[in-house]
Amino acid sequence: MTHSALGIQVWSLARRSILRTLRQPASAIPPILFPLALMALNSGGLDAATDIPGFPTDNFYAFALAVPFVQGALFSTVNAGTDLARDIQTGFFNRLSLTPMSGAALLAGTLAGNVVLGIVQALIYILVGLVIGVEFASGLPGIVVLLVLAALISLGFGALGAFLAFRTGSGEAVQGLFPVLFVFLFISSMNMPRDLIEIDWFQTAATLNPVSYLLEGVRSLVIEGWDVETLALGFGAALAVTLVAILAATLALRTRLERT
Amino acid sequence: MRGAGLLSVAEGVAWRVLHNVFRNPSLLVPSLLFPLFFFTAFAGGLSRLSDVPGFQESIALDYTAFQFVFVLLQSAAFGGVFTGFGVARDFEGGFARRLLLAAPRRSGIVLGYALAAVVRWAVTASLLTVVALLAGMQIGGNGVDIVGLYVLALIVNLAGVLWAMGVAMRLRTMQAGPVMQMPVFLTLFFAPVYVPLDLLQGWIEVAATVNPVTRLLEAGRSLMAGDPSGVVLAFGVALALAAVFTLWALRGLRSAEAAGS
Repeated sequence: MTHSALGIQVWSLARRSILRTLRQPASAIPPILFPLALMALNSGGLDAATDIPGFPTDNFYAFALAVPFVQGALFSTVNAGTDLARDIQTGFFNRLSLTPMSGAALLAGTLAGNVVLGIVQALIYILVGLVIGVEFASGLPGIVVLLVLAALISLGFGALGAFLAFRTGSGEAVQGLFPVLFVFLFISSMNMPRDLIEIDWFQTAATLNPVSYLLEGVRSLVIEGWDVETLALGFGAALAVTLVAILAATLALRTRLERT
Repeated sequence: MRGAGLLSVAEGVAWRVLHNVFRNPSLLVPSLLFPLFFFTAFAGGLSRLSDVPGFQESIALDYTAFQFVFVLLQSAAFGGVFTGFGVARDFEGGFARRLLLAAPRRSGIVLGYALAAVVRWAVTASLLTVVALLAGMQIGGNGVDIVGLYVLALIVNLAGVLWAMGVAMRLRTMQAGPVMQMPVFLTLFFAPVYVPLDLLQGWIEVAATVNPVTRLLEAGRSLMAGDPSGVVLAFGVALALAAVFTLWALRGLRSAEAAGS
């Protein structure tokens, strides 16, 4: 297959993925609004946390702005996975597998659509942050890096959703795994810096949890500026999640195509 | 005889719901795990909030107990909502139609679902309490205070299931899930979840002040601390919610009857 043919296939599927999401407001809007609503609620309730000695900012919104980036990606995981599972359940995937469409194009197209939507989500979160008075310590270049990190997070979580869809072939099963993904978000440095978590086992769990590093990577650009170590850990965690998820999705896709 | 008919219908409906829930892990496990998960995340991850200036002056509770009261009330409300999902499923699957035809006293259906919600929540609350005690929760209140706290949560559970039932019986589809869930979720989180009301500032302070759930939460925490305050008002609010949602559920039942389900 030539590169241009592969490109056309990827573009066709990415376009379908984006259009399908945009045509279903019920699946496009909640992943954007719900994280913002939760951020508003948590920031209102946890504002007093900024009085704790050692808290890194006096504006809890600046601290909490990282959460929608990761939470939005989690929602996208479920949406991308559910859409793919629907394709499997309705037989679209079977028909697609009879065409010359390559497995790589199918995966890449789906993930490309997810990344585009992830960047749109990230732009909205950045705009909301600016509107509510959050100052980005790393400036405009930091916002660009933030978008790159958001795209990588979307790619990783999108691949995870694809893996779940190929593995289970059931939208209900993908939806059922959402609470598990949510646990990763809550048992992290989502609402408190890790060094201020005083319960030992929780601090250990948050330290082992890659989601903490994703949050801290985004957060460092917002409230600290250029913290190379935190950024490297953030990008490293995002890259690790992405590679593992893409590998798992590729293997699951291969199995699914064999069954088909 | 009328009372016997009501009770027999209620008993049958409650037994069926409980039988389904306790034999189906996908229905039982989320309602058990969600409160534990919230309790773990809040009490474990945010305990430093008790060091915020003014926290200890506001309420003499360790952070585990402070969060336990919120999660107990949350589990009660959501225990009701989870049972409401089952009501919607019964309508969507056609079982409720047969139930309406067979029941000699249809209000027994509402009572039966409510009883099932109470039993279901009692299991969740027991597990949550054991976990909280194992996590070292310090209880300041005496036996009467703690019974008061659980009775308050029980009334919240009834209000929750009656609310969800009213929605389920009007919409009669599983798609009604978010309609049952979101108002409860938002009302709970517009209360002083993480710190006492005195420490909230800005719009959330205004929202929490007018939110009736704040009265329940503050009274519940005062009972846990052994320094009851605002308890009569909290019980009044809880009973008023339960009364309003009883009417809401019964009218929902009439709506389902009129629609022929």
